[in-house]
Amino acid sequence: MSVDSILILVRSAPYGSSAARDALDAALTCSVFEAPVTLLFMDDAVYQLLKGQSPAGIGQKNLNAIQQSLPLYDIDRLCVAQSAMAQRGLSEDQLALPVESVDAAQIAELMAEHTHVLSF
Amino acid sequence: MIFSLVVQASPVQSQGAETALRFARALLASGHSIHRVFFYRDGIHNGTALASPPQDEANIPAQWQALAKEHQLDLVVCIAAAVRRGVMNENEAKRYKKESANLAPGFELSGLGQLVEACLVSDRVITFGGRS
Repeated sequence: MSVDSILILVRSAPYGSSAARDALDAALTCSVFEAPVTLLFMDDAVYQLLKGQSPAGIGQKNLNAIQQSLPLYDIDRLCVAQSAMAQRGLSEDQLALPVESVDAAQIAELMAEHTHVLSF
Repeated sequence: MIFSLVVQASPVQSQGAETALRFARALLASGHSIHRVFFYRDGIHNGTALASPPQDEANIPAQWQALAKEHQLDLVVCIAAAVRRGVMNENEAKRYKKESANLAPGFELSGLGQLVEACLVSDRVITFGGRS
């Protein structure tokens, strides 16, 4: 159909709002439409990727389960803001999926190279 | 240019829905076209037929309806987000055995695919009320 690509920008913590799940739903739907999709995690959204989550105590579903299905949908480009990781003392080996670490200039490039940005 | 709007902001608690409405009017006044307005997350509350704010306050759902009527806008409410929150058309009300439907005329329920399709055919997609 089209080669339009979509960047999904996520900035919210994994729980406390539905942003993480709603963004994942949008990403999976992009893939169904064969639109190339990249996920960019900024600010507290980097916590979404931490492995070993167990949110059952607050009545939420585990995000890790949905995240594991991303590669099956050909969504394999997950970018994390380097600064957000550093500010929170996180390292890539704490994350559930392989990621691409990006600095501010690379974030600007990501926004420029995708046709549309959907933010959550 | 062809625009689509994504409204994630609820009509009362956030300013975003009203801003989206004014942006839509400005687009049309400038000669642009709007392919679709897609209501997602708490933005689905823009599609309720039951909103009854005090008379001296804006009724955002009613304003969407009026604008859509005037310009034949495609107002699509995400069905999964809406059903979760209790905004339904007759079909869904029946399916979930509810006593009544409350999706306002002029809005339709459809899937997230309509959001992606809007991205694929629009020159610009603008989100209102993201990051919450």
